[in-house]
Amino acid sequence: MASYAADKKHKRLSDNTKTSIFLSPAFVVLAIFFLVPMVLTIVIAFTNLALTGSQAQQLQFVGFDNFVRMFNDNQLYSSIILTLIFVFFSAILGQCLMGFIIAFMMKGKNSTFRRIIGIAVIAAWVTPEVVVGFAWTIFLGDSGTVNNVLTFLGQYLPFLPQEPVAWLFQYPMVSVVVANIWRGTAFSMMAFQTALDDIPTEVEEAAIMDGASRWKSVWNITIPMVKGTIVTNLLLVTLQTLGVFTLIYTMTGGGPSGSTMTLPVYMYQQAFVSFQLGYGTAISLVLLLIGAIFSLFYIKFLKVKI
Amino acid sequence: MNVSKTEKTIHHIVLVIVALLFVLPLIWMLVASVDTNAIQSLKIPDELTMENYLSIIQDPAIVRSFGIGLLLSGGQSIIVVIIAVLAAYPLSRYRASYKKPFLYTILFLTSLPITAVIVPVFQLFLLLRFEDNLIAVMFFLIGSALPYAIWMMKNFMDSVPIELEESAWVDGASVATGLRKVVAPLMVPGMFTVLIFTYTGSWGNFFVPFILLSSQDKMPASVTIFQFFGNYGLIQYGRLAAFSVLYTMPVVILYYIAQRYMSAGFSFGGATKG
Repeated sequence: MASYAADKKHKRLSDNTKTSIFLSPAFVVLAIFFLVPMVLTIVIAFTNLALTGSQAQQLQFVGFDNFVRMFNDNQLYSSIILTLIFVFFSAILGQCLMGFIIAFMMKGKNSTFRRIIGIAVIAAWVTPEVVVGFAWTIFLGDSGTVNNVLTFLGQYLPFLPQEPVAWLFQYPMVSVVVANIWRGTAFSMMAFQTALDDIPTEVEEAAIMDGASRWKSVWNITIPMVKGTIVTNLLLVTLQTLGVFTLIYTMTGGGPSGSTMTLPVYMYQQAFVSFQLGYGTAISLVLLLIGAIFSLFYIKFLKVKI
Repeated sequence: MNVSKTEKTIHHIVLVIVALLFVLPLIWMLVASVDTNAIQSLKIPDELTMENYLSIIQDPAIVRSFGIGLLLSGGQSIIVVIIAVLAAYPLSRYRASYKKPFLYTILFLTSLPITAVIVPVFQLFLLLRFEDNLIAVMFFLIGSALPYAIWMMKNFMDSVPIELEESAWVDGASVATGLRKVVAPLMVPGMFTVLIFTYTGSWGNFFVPFILLSSQDKMPASVTIFQFFGNYGLIQYGRLAAFSVLYTMPVVILYYIAQRYMSAGFSFGGATKG
């Protein structure tokens, strides 16, 4: 290290040059396909760009028109709220909590047992999003498995539905939330498994020996010890869920009557169905900003050594 | 652990129920795909058949879409691995003055939702006359997979001790030879992991080709399976199930292979352990 420090200045120069050469392919691709579009987002959000119609002929800067329109757009407000509901219930409450509970219950169990349970949960995660969309549309269908099982049990248990329920029409948000929990829980489960396995069992045992109740030992010992993983996992899962489009699009298409129209689906509607690219971009700018804020928090909490 | 027997039993029961709930939708898919008369609900097949699978693999349009998906994701992931190895090497070995901000930017990009940039990317494609161009779509997929790939690859590279390389240099090897003969062989598991992650990610990506491509004969399997669902999904359950199984299979196999390389366990792609 000493000799390194000695010719540090000389070395740093050549390190920069060498690094730049190695990085150039990555830099070019990232610049064209990430940085340029992001700059474009900001520029185009201030234009009236449209794919068809009279506006398609002449591109104009319209200043804050798109943003003024956004302020008066009720569907946008409801999309933001729907996105928050979707993220809160499917990512934070669903995937994270469920992933934690599964990982917690699996701790210290027989490894073959863990493996089998793990495979069942991970299988859902590995399945491509489009297929998850079909599988759940069919699973929740009028004469699908869920309705068949519920109406069968309903004969004996009066509190269950006696008639098939049109889940995707009557409870569309619940349906997409459940499907997304199903799809994403494995990620949180694996993250928490790694974290929980790192806690020495002695620590928890000692607490119980000291007379702490089971709940108290979980609350005061286990959870604080995996706090870091909880925070990073929450942020990462939130970020992944913010952008979910395919699952909702295949299951409900944003409907019925906009009740599952989260920001990505609304952005798609405006940009590619109504052909209002300028306005669609303004919406994606909102999505990008929300994502960027969470992403910055994520980096802050990840505490990586760079 | 000093956990009561009752608690253990409850854990086992709950976990078995959870696992069953998780596999149920997938079991429908497997069972319906071999049923001559599949319906919406899970049921015992009337009669076992391979007819559903045969009708899918005999449809030239579907087979072509599988081929396109293979080329698109295959080409993408190979290029991603090459670019990522090149990028990871200096980030792991040299001390460039801009290394820190660059890595933070990469980390920032890994977590940004791709959905948020697709509209501007579409505009860029219109501007550059890239619309409906498979190569351009492949490069967008490369760009979107790169941040994560570089990040993972850098972490893998960090775990290859520099001393090994240094001793090769002492023996007279050049940096290039050291990279090729010492680092590359040790990086094979890392490269495979990145390759598989990238491949499975884009194989399952429906959104990007759906937006950026328009000709029917250029659509990869992720889009044709979606169209199949739209057209016949609620009529031909057996065929849809068989299509889904065939489409999901490569990802399952690759994931299974990748798992063996990821022996270190799962910690955000090796990120949290720095």
